[in-house]
Amino acid sequence: MIRYIIHRILQGIPLLFFISIILFLLMMNMGDPIATMGGRTTTRPADRERLKRQFGLDKPILVQYVYWLIGNDWTKIDLDGDGIAETKGQRHGILRGDFGYSLVNRGKPVLNVIGERLPNTLILMLAAELVIILGSLLVGVYSALHQYSFTDHFITTLSFIGYSMPIFFIALLSMYIFAVLFKRWGLPYLPTVGMFDPQIGKTTSQVLLHMILPVFSISAISLAAYSRYIRSTMLEVMNQDYIRTAKAKGLPKRQIIYIHALKNASLPIVTVIGLDLPLLLGGAVVTERIFAWPGMGRLFLDHVERADLPVVMGILMLISVAVVVFQILTDIVYAWLDPRIRYY
Amino acid sequence: MHPLLAVNNLVTQFVIPEGIVYAVNGISFRVNPGETLAVVGESGCGKSVSMLSLMGLIPTPPGKIVSGEAIYDGKNLLALKDEEMEKIRGKEIAMVFQDPMTSLNPVLTIGKQITEALICHLGLTTAEARERAINLLDMVGIPEAQRRLEDYPHQFSGGMRQRVMIAMALSCEPNLLIADEPTTALDVTIQAQIVELVLRLKQQRNMAVIWITHDLGVVAGIADRVNVMYAGLIVEEANVDELYESPNHPYTRGLLGSLPRIDRRRDRKLIAIPGSPPSLLVKPKGCPFRSRCPIGKEVCQMEAPKLRNVSENHRVACWIDISSGEQISG
Amino acid sequence: MLTESTSNLLIDDLEAPPLTLKKLAWKRFTRHKMAMVGGLFLILLILYSFGGSLFVEEKYANLTNPPIRLSPPSLQHPFGTDTVGRDVLARTIYGGQISMIIGILAVIIETSLGILIGAVAGYYGGKIDSLLMRFTEAMLNIPEIFLLIVMAKFFGNKIPNLTLLGRTFSGSVVVIVVIIGLTSWMYLARIVRAEFLSIKENDFILAAKATGTSNGEIIIRHILPNSIAPIIVSATLGVANAILAEAYISFLGLGVQPPTATWGNMLDGANNYIESAPWLWFFPGLLILLTVLSINFLGDGLRDAIDPHSRAI
Repeated sequence: MIRYIIHRILQGIPLLFFISIILFLLMMNMGDPIATMGGRTTTRPADRERLKRQFGLDKPILVQYVYWLIGNDWTKIDLDGDGIAETKGQRHGILRGDFGYSLVNRGKPVLNVIGERLPNTLILMLAAELVIILGSLLVGVYSALHQYSFTDHFITTLSFIGYSMPIFFIALLSMYIFAVLFKRWGLPYLPTVGMFDPQIGKTTSQVLLHMILPVFSISAISLAAYSRYIRSTMLEVMNQDYIRTAKAKGLPKRQIIYIHALKNASLPIVTVIGLDLPLLLGGAVVTERIFAWPGMGRLFLDHVERADLPVVMGILMLISVAVVVFQILTDIVYAWLDPRIRYY
Repeated sequence: MHPLLAVNNLVTQFVIPEGIVYAVNGISFRVNPGETLAVVGESGCGKSVSMLSLMGLIPTPPGKIVSGEAIYDGKNLLALKDEEMEKIRGKEIAMVFQDPMTSLNPVLTIGKQITEALICHLGLTTAEARERAINLLDMVGIPEAQRRLEDYPHQFSGGMRQRVMIAMALSCEPNLLIADEPTTALDVTIQAQIVELVLRLKQQRNMAVIWITHDLGVVAGIADRVNVMYAGLIVEEANVDELYESPNHPYTRGLLGSLPRIDRRRDRKLIAIPGSPPSLLVKPKGCPFRSRCPIGKEVCQMEAPKLRNVSENHRVACWIDISSGEQISG
Repeated sequence: MLTESTSNLLIDDLEAPPLTLKKLAWKRFTRHKMAMVGGLFLILLILYSFGGSLFVEEKYANLTNPPIRLSPPSLQHPFGTDTVGRDVLARTIYGGQISMIIGILAVIIETSLGILIGAVAGYYGGKIDSLLMRFTEAMLNIPEIFLLIVMAKFFGNKIPNLTLLGRTFSGSVVVIVVIIGLTSWMYLARIVRAEFLSIKENDFILAAKATGTSNGEIIIRHILPNSIAPIIVSATLGVANAILAEAYISFLGLGVQPPTATWGNMLDGANNYIESAPWLWFFPGLLILLTVLSINFLGDGLRDAIDPHSRAI
């Protein structure tokens, strides 16, 4: 088992290298980061040259990548443009945890910029994931066990609609219904914008209240997709020979469903959920924009807009690492659940 | 003798998009305590479906038990509620399936799978059930039983898995064991061991066995009586010796003719039955065997023959007297 | 298990002459009521977008009229007017055309890339295969929306406006088509690779090789036609995803630039008008939903009809 985990981690490392190269190449053309240095005024030509050298933008792309990866404090760079490298490099490279400095937030380390926003995104994601897993298990198992019933047909159709729903549409619709219409009808209504009401302050109940609509929007679509998947997985498992054996043993229905069937069905479900988990972040970009939620998705959009490459690259790399880490975790959980792999 | 199980006019159909599958078209038979009944026929003849119907293991939908009753211990199994049937399945009537590779749950230990029925039916504690499970594994010939309880199915060979299945089926000492082609998926040498194992256990416990097979060689060795099934119907039933001595249905004759025999001359050819069974999607009319029958007459097109007595322990569903080739009168 | 094996067995045993593959597929497809409904809806939506231009001119769709900005639905403007007074109904018609064209063109790029990469990887195997598959995996690991945003910036404003058939298209349409194609081929590549891996082991491929058929010909003439079913299904569903992708990226203001309307960019900024002008976002949003839903239903039915062994995920 330990060998298996090490093997999977070793596979993940080259993958991350690959990703970093693709992203780095894309970054090269994302716009001129020093045109305004993240501000509003255009940088003077004399400063441009200096900044270019300072950021290493005058170097060939391969050298830039190496500096980004492992830093340049082991060599000297030419800061004054006289052709002689005399200043010791300052960067440590991402492998040593140095993601550089944000251009927009003058000189703030990228990790700090991201770190401020990350928790906001994480609470949204975790809440959504919880709703998705519990909800889809409930719905999926129910409709699998009541196949062809009216409720099953109803749920299947509904999940098809949910699955096709663009996240912005469901977000806008839910805002319109639960905030606008409810307010108009004199019902208790939900807040739509931000994390808390500035007049009340950032209390737990305020954050929870503000979370309802974004979490609903993020989870609705995945919930639909997963319940469809869980339903079909459960149906497939319920048709297996070993379920017939369990029935022939005279076990009560509940025991068959929750021990024999669900344990087998959980294998593919764990895979799908584990692999999709980081992809929820994609939904976060749109959701955070609509609900003005101060998370990483909005940070990403704002900084893409202003060509703040260190931050953009930092967010993309963190997400990629999260994806790879979750893949490895998923494999480990899968192996732990499936004795055929565990004892390999 | 009072039969252990009496099945009357069982009809099972499946409704699929292509139409209705006429899987079992009204069969009646009985099983006496302690006897071995073999049910023989080609794949698709309804032998497995009829047994699964009795056990309430037909998936509904698409399956549907249209009519019939199965009287066991004064109760009609086909009319029991789910909870009542759960008390009979595994405890009174147990079943062993064809493919041991897929019939065990891959993510649960063997120990768990054996003990759960004991805990559920006999109310044993976990410790008692484990004790019992070890004995059972010993009994079916699995070495190091205690250690192997913790193992998962994939760590067993096919033959060993079938032994586990048998141990599981016998765990609650059922009165009737339904063995649905338990040796088909196994190597020939293992087949003999499994047959021998079931026979021995049956004698020890005075348990009745229904043995489903398409292998007439196995039948001769184990069965007291034989039901021959064709296209969802029982076409002949007899004591095993009588059936082999004087098969009355042309289909049975065909089956026996296609069986290689060591006591016959080498140059005698094995005879295959020409044609193939009728589509089960077509509503049965007339004798189901008529299209392949060498001795069929006009009457066979019109109406399905009912089972008639040939002798005290021998009945056949055929319009033609096999020795004379003439139509039966009346 | 039981039902499936029984029904397979029965189909084999049918006394009636066996159905041809095409007839069987058609039978399976028509059995899918939702797929039929999806197909019908899709036709209606296409008629709406393309037939609509017979009644409304594009100039009208782009005509700004600030005095009547944000007027609610009325007889004259059934879907209301937008923030600069353009008629929303007319814009959904022309927006629909662009959205659907983007969907289809993007899928053509996606499918070509997917087939090319999958086929090369699957057929040649070895180093090429592992390199291409690492690349595919790397692309898959970056959530699509982030890739789209980055690529939209990467290619943004580099392509001039185009004039085609007397109509002017924003250069951003081309950009969007290309970037959606470039960010969505990975799943298809994997499917095609898997198909190629299994088909190339067949005897008829060996026979073709033995007779000296060139690799290119084997790929195009022998293997590709045998793996066409999953490709068709994937391409159908791909159109829905491409339309969604366009909507997302345009919603974020990084997609197709006005005055060219798409269902997606009609929604840009609509979240500022949730309360005051719901018609701004409701109609384009609903049309996107209906289109995607119809295509998904259709694709699901197609999958069952021509590629019954695969499974929806």
